Amino acid sequence: MIELIVAERCTDCGACIEVCPANVLDPGRDGLPVLARVEDCQTCFLCELYCRADAIYVAPDCDRRVAVSTEDVLASGRLGQYRKHSGWDEWAEQFPNEQWLMENVFRRAGEAAAQAKVTSADVIRTK
Amino acid sequence: MVSSSLEELSLMADVLIVGGGMAGAWAATSAAQAGAKVVLADKGYCGTSGVTAAAGPGHWWVPPDPPAARDTAVASRIAAGLGLGETEWMYRILDQTWRTLPTLARYYKFGVDDEGRVNYRAVRGPEYMRALRQQVLDHGVTILDHSPVLELLARSDGSIGGAGGQRRQVGGRAYRIAAGAVVLAAGGTSFLSHLLGSQTNTGDGYLMAAEAGAEMSGMEFTAAYTIAPAHSTMTRSMAYAFATYYDVDGYELDLPFGPEQTVRLARALQRGPVYCSLDRLPDDIKARLHTISPNVPLVFDRWGIDPYRDRFEVTLHNDGTIRGIGGVRVDDVNGATSVPGLFVAGDNASREKVAGAISGGGNVNSAWALSSGVFAGAAAARVARSTKSRSTELSPLGQAGLRPRGRPKDVDKAAARDGVRAEMHPFDKNLFRTGAGLAASSQTLEGFWNEVANHGQASSIALRETAALLATARWSVATAAVRNESRGLHRREDHPVQDARLAGRLLSGGLDRVWVALDRRSAGVQPGQLKAVS
Ligand SMILES: Cc1cc2nc3c(=O)[nH]c(=O)nc-3n(C[C@H](O)[C@H](O)[C@H](O)COP(=O)(O)OP(=O)(O)OC[C@H]3O[C@@H](n4cnc5c(N)ncnc54)[C@H](O)[C@@H]3O)c2cc1C
Ligand code: SF4
Ligand code: SF4
Repeated sequence: MIELIVAERCTDCGACIEVCPANVLDPGRDGLPVLARVEDCQTCFLCELYCRADAIYVAPDCDRRVAVSTEDVLASGRLGQYRKHSGWDEWAEQFPNEQWLMENVFRRAGEAAAQAKVTSADVIRTK
Repeated sequence: MVSSSLEELSLMADVLIVGGGMAGAWAATSAAQAGAKVVLADKGYCGTSGVTAAAGPGHWWVPPDPPAARDTAVASRIAAGLGLGETEWMYRILDQTWRTLPTLARYYKFGVDDEGRVNYRAVRGPEYMRALRQQVLDHGVTILDHSPVLELLARSDGSIGGAGGQRRQVGGRAYRIAAGAVVLAAGGTSFLSHLLGSQTNTGDGYLMAAEAGAEMSGMEFTAAYTIAPAHSTMTRSMAYAFATYYDVDGYELDLPFGPEQTVRLARALQRGPVYCSLDRLPDDIKARLHTISPNVPLVFDRWGIDPYRDRFEVTLHNDGTIRGIGGVRVDDVNGATSVPGLFVAGDNASREKVAGAISGGGNVNSAWALSSGVFAGAAAARVARSTKSRSTELSPLGQAGLRPRGRPKDVDKAAARDGVRAEMHPFDKNLFRTGAGLAASSQTLEGFWNEVANHGQASSIALRETAALLATARWSVATAAVRNESRGLHRREDHPVQDARLAGRLLSGGLDRVWVALDRRSAGVQPGQLKAVS
């Protein structure tokens, strides 16, 4: 669930409020978006993707809240990681969209499984 | 409705699209291309809402040349579909997908493989939906974001002439849209599991269709589940194609990659926690996982897990009708329902005719969402053209969760939602089904339904969603109870084999009283069959 918006990074552009499909955020008085309905967050990370200021941290935990501190998140270097690896905006040249490789992975897995069936003696219950 | 001091917003359109996921966005484009004035309303934000947006849909994709390739693809899908698929429909969506998907090139940068060939079929969700939103806007469509549709509106002859809802980021302001025709594209439902991207999909489109008089088909096929790291939503299965599984004592489990894997994993999870390692993933894929599916490694990274070395706990999230296949019965391939003026597309529609009795996830679903959107949008535009009336004399059709049958009082929404989860998610109830278990589920759901339908007053969007979840769960359980056999996604422990007399589609519907009946038009059905169905 969304846990944090880093105040000193947020430019108050409002994008996260608009794009959050679950309507988790409200505009705040001081400009900063407010995490108004965290319990509705569907942990989709899409607010992060649309935040060009890399100010949002969504924890992968969807069924429990976790304590997250601004210092730790800033130090981890993970802010903006999803936007970067997705090759959005300024990252377009460095991180190509290689989604097309997915079917290749499934095909190779199928071949490997077929191969394993033919060659393997049972490896069940070995550590 | 939620009380709001703001005056109701009133709009007029030729075609109204309910839902702005993949199907709704293609439907809006197609209706606009046919010359219609289109309004699209989404509960969330068209571009990030819906299950496509956070995932990466691979489309069913077979080029027309050589022609034998499509024949082979269709024949094998018909066989896999165990009697519920329709050849003609499969050819139609293969062809439409092949024609239409490349037209998005203006908005979506299709991938180029290592040999320099353009790959159209595999697209990344966030970029795909962002592209579709832009395409929709460029076609002059009016988008209402954060505007859940709550009910359909009917003309005096019973045909559908619009819908009403609420603008949740504009102080809950009520709106109503009079339209020549309506396309329901509000997605399927996972019954509020943690399936990635599925929280706005609560089955609203099914409930609204039923209130208008439409019937469902294939609702028994909700027993689809997808693996995710425990406590995460990341139900993206690619990396697990090479997974190795272990029990709590560290012994390797026999869960080979293949069609039976999910069921075997579920049985293992019934015995205790299951752990997983992705160490066998080929090195070249490990190195590129973050540029194939950037949200998959992100979860591990944030938890400090090295999935290629560490063993992490996994779970299965229910897919409901999303990677399941039930939905509103489609009368013809153009997306028409049995109700005049009402069309359906995507997961809001039953996908049995294109997927058969097995999951449409991985390929058929996307091809269907795209194609059915294109068909329904165009057909709705045609109907709107011939329907001169944009009557504002429209009657609202919403019942449960909006207008109580009895004395209004506070209903415990959270309890009802948890009740739906508790009947639709556990493996022993929904995956490994029994007649007795289904009867018990039915009784529980009936109790919650009566509470909501009798007393639920229009106090919140969530209450209406709760009604939709309950209605959908009731149809699913009732249909599963009638299908006294195992077929595809539907598995009955007390009837483990297929019964040739049940090689047909099952329709369902009803609000106060749920009914189930055989679809006499199923390809496999002989006259006089299926006395069992009442
Ligand atoms: C993780 C995942 C991966 C998948 N991968 C594949 C794949 O590789 N290949 C494949 O073929 N299929 C795949 N599928 C299935 C595929 O994504 C769906 O079949 C497809 O997205 C259906 O599109 P849709 O537009 O019908 O529904 P959705 O994309 O879910 O859109 C429904 C929309 O309706 C809106 N809505 C809901 N209720 C209302 C309301 N009351 N008023 C207004 N709007 C409303 C929602 O907000 C949402 O935007 C996958 C599914 C998941 C969950
Ligand atoms: S998208 Fe980022 S910068 Fe914009 S308001 Fe949200 S947190 Fe602030
Ligand atoms: S993770 Fe998704 S649901 Fe949660 S706040 Fe961000 S956009 Fe909204």
